[in-house]
Amino acid sequence: MALAIILVVLLIGSTIFQFVNPWSATPVASNWGSIDNIIVITSVITGIFFVGITLFVVYALVKFRHRGPSENGQHQASYEPDSKKLEWWLTGITTVGICALLAPGLVVYDDFVHVPEGATEVEVVGKQWMWSFRLPGEDGKLGHAKVKLIGMDNPFGLDPDDPNGQDDLLINTNVLHLPIDKPVKMVLRSLDVLHNFYVPQIRAKMDMVPGQVSYFWFTPTKEGRYEILCAEYCGVAHYNMKGHMIIDSAENYQAWLSEQPTFASSLVSGSDDGGVEQGRQLAESSGCFACHSIDGSKSLGPTWKGLFGKTEVLMDGTTVVADEAYLKESITDPNAKMVKDYAPVMVAYPLSDSQLDALVEYIKSTP
Amino acid sequence: MAYVHDAEKEALHQPHSFWSKYVWSQDHKVIAIQYSLIAIFAGIIALVLSAMMRMQIGFPGSLEFMDANTYYQAMTMHGMIMVIYLLTALFLGGFGNYMIPLMVGARDMVFPFVNMLSVWFYFLSVIILLASFFVPGGPTGAGWTLYPPQAITAGTPGMEWGIILMLVSLLVFIIAATMGGLNYVTTVIQARTYGMTLLRMPLTVWGIFMATILALLAFPALFVSGVMMLLDRTIGTSFFMPEMISMGQQTDYDGGSPILFQHLFWFFGHPEVYIVALPAFGMISDILSVHSRKKVFGYKMMVWAIVAIGVLSFIVWAHHMYVSGMNPYFGFFFATTTLIIAVPTAIKVYNWVLTLWKGDIHMTVPLLFAVAFIFTFLAGGLTGLFLGNVIVDIPLSDTYFVVAHFHMVMGVAPVLVVFGSIYHWFPKITGRMMNDKIGMWHFWITFLGTYAIYFPMHYLGILGMPRRYYDSTAYEFIPQSAHDLNAFITIAALIVGAAQVLFIYNMIHSAFKGKESGPNPWNAASLEWQTPQTPPVHGNWGEKLPVVHRWPYDYSVPGVKEDFVPQNVSEQELEANKVKL
Repeated sequence: MALAIILVVLLIGSTIFQFVNPWSATPVASNWGSIDNIIVITSVITGIFFVGITLFVVYALVKFRHRGPSENGQHQASYEPDSKKLEWWLTGITTVGICALLAPGLVVYDDFVHVPEGATEVEVVGKQWMWSFRLPGEDGKLGHAKVKLIGMDNPFGLDPDDPNGQDDLLINTNVLHLPIDKPVKMVLRSLDVLHNFYVPQIRAKMDMVPGQVSYFWFTPTKEGRYEILCAEYCGVAHYNMKGHMIIDSAENYQAWLSEQPTFASSLVSGSDDGGVEQGRQLAESSGCFACHSIDGSKSLGPTWKGLFGKTEVLMDGTTVVADEAYLKESITDPNAKMVKDYAPVMVAYPLSDSQLDALVEYIKSTP
Repeated sequence: MAYVHDAEKEALHQPHSFWSKYVWSQDHKVIAIQYSLIAIFAGIIALVLSAMMRMQIGFPGSLEFMDANTYYQAMTMHGMIMVIYLLTALFLGGFGNYMIPLMVGARDMVFPFVNMLSVWFYFLSVIILLASFFVPGGPTGAGWTLYPPQAITAGTPGMEWGIILMLVSLLVFIIAATMGGLNYVTTVIQARTYGMTLLRMPLTVWGIFMATILALLAFPALFVSGVMMLLDRTIGTSFFMPEMISMGQQTDYDGGSPILFQHLFWFFGHPEVYIVALPAFGMISDILSVHSRKKVFGYKMMVWAIVAIGVLSFIVWAHHMYVSGMNPYFGFFFATTTLIIAVPTAIKVYNWVLTLWKGDIHMTVPLLFAVAFIFTFLAGGLTGLFLGNVIVDIPLSDTYFVVAHFHMVMGVAPVLVVFGSIYHWFPKITGRMMNDKIGMWHFWITFLGTYAIYFPMHYLGILGMPRRYYDSTAYEFIPQSAHDLNAFITIAALIVGAAQVLFIYNMIHSAFKGKESGPNPWNAASLEWQTPQTPPVHGNWGEKLPVVHRWPYDYSVPGVKEDFVPQNVSEQELEANKVKL
């Protein structure tokens, strides 16, 4: 009896919870509201089965509970034969229910795998633990890229001999702008391990796999600033691999677009600022910012803001001044002198002397 | 079944020394208990790890030592231990070993020595696994799926030694599972006693039999991928490693495919779900039948459903990979096969429910667990229809919806069966009953607690909260209420975890001080309850093997005095025992 009552309570509670809970999906900001509709259909059909079957169990538990020893020598339980007919009916109803889920689902999925003609290609590049992006430029084509070509001055690994790549726009930050109402094909590339480009409001997501290119498409339908998350475990700072996607009006997008450097211009630039810019690029390409902020906020590692010259308290209680020697040692042998309250999660970065100098110059430059 | 004649003639050699009886034992029952105790020990470690993780998720920063490294290590070890070293080992090595020979009327497994090797290889694999807690860098934090390249590159905890020990441990475990598995399959095929036709076997045996076949076919895929990843890690081959950088530096890897690993892993991994589920399906069918004094509804359909699920489980694996970057056209095929598998699964649920119908339901602790299993499995199975339908999986994959789904369907549901089965078969194993009152407390806290943990968790997934996040407080789209819900879930999880002390206490206490049960306290009809001694001794059946005259579900037969007829009762004996009506 108690079990039957509790099951009814759970059923009522779960149903109320389904309709009254503060954790509904984020407001959709793409054309994939159609996926939400399939979720609703699925919830309704599975909900009917859930409630129906549970109520049947409840009824059986109450009606056929043991009522003490039988008086007339008859067994309480009936010895009924199997009912083939009932089994086929149930199989049939289940099959209909399954088809009602699958058919509309596959229709929308068909939509998902077919990228509409004229969709703009946007490349997303993932690496531990940061995002960067590449737009095709005026020719509308992305140039060829290869991991082996990646270097200090070529963080995307673009082929300098490919004419299609010369006008590609390189966005070497975590922020991507897209114009509203224009379908985009997100071309996904990873330089190291698996990642997944995930914006909850867009609904669609896809893994990024090193050694191959994957894709998905969507049409942004709502202006705004959305968080980009990594949804495929990619190592210790996976949870911190943040970015932003900004859906702009057409004018604002054009304004932003015109400020982005092309690959060709990035090849010829190279101002002499004592290595600060080189250090910044190095920090970016090495993923330092996943764990070290430059705005003073707390993260996996100490912030670089005002770090140079600061006195840090180490794990063993001693103190050290963050001078050039200490910074270099901490890059090449991170666990040698650990700052108090931080975990030993950093790996050693075997940088060359000139790279070390540049990086330290950059850290110095973050006041 | 020529083997049966030989088995009967064989002299019963009884082991005498302590060592041959309890340590290097070749008795399937002792081996089963060894398997179970090791598995439960590993499971307790995994339970503690999950409590540590939940503390971080519900109350970020509350544990001093819980940094991101430790969190991911706990997460990985929790998952791997629970799936492989607890559930697989317990269902096949534990219940499979104990039940098969007793239920089919065999003296032992057909290869007792190999059976003994199996448990010691399993023990070795657990030792290797636990050793990884003590090596430099600690255990691997690659996630239980061990996806390369990340599993073996810098930036993942335990990439120094932990991942190597994990892979070696898995290889040793697979050797153990293979030695055990060959035994179970051969015993079922060759060593059934007189009259024990395939369709007179209890569904428990059918479930374990089919699960073992799956294990024998699926584990090799994990084995080869483990070997290949070991080579990638140790001598620099590139099976799974493409041209890539690591921590900003170029690597020597080139030409491998990370997705190849995922295919191999899930070719093992999806059948693995049914390696755990099919024995649970079988055992729950038997418990429901015994405690509602009624035959299993649609026995033949149940057998066919087990076989169909087993076969289909090999062509659904890529539903774990809808967003992996594989060719998206695969999605059509795998969504269809995945939803087809829901049909035989639904048939099983209907037949369990219809077994209760018009029964004589005794509200014993095993029955409570059985009904709780139906409810939990139903909830978890239905959410599987969300994730199997490829387009719905796309927003939900890698969120807490997935975590909630698989914990309900292959975590909590099978564990409820484990509990129900232990309460049910404990009297046969020890000759003593487990304490009912403690059992009830344990049941209510576990059943309601796990529902409180996992039901609301689905909604975090709908919200879009990603799984495998050490800390998600910095994301703006996640409202404070979601973090509050996580705190609630953590509290529920800690209560459920702590309540397992009741179970452990009940087991230990009842094993020595429990009420004596007699040979067949539940008045069950299947063969394992008809042994001449309780607990059964070495060789199980004394001088003569039992002869089976009927199927194992003759409950409430009209015109018979008792409401059950044991499998080894002949028609003549039954006739003599009939009451006039």
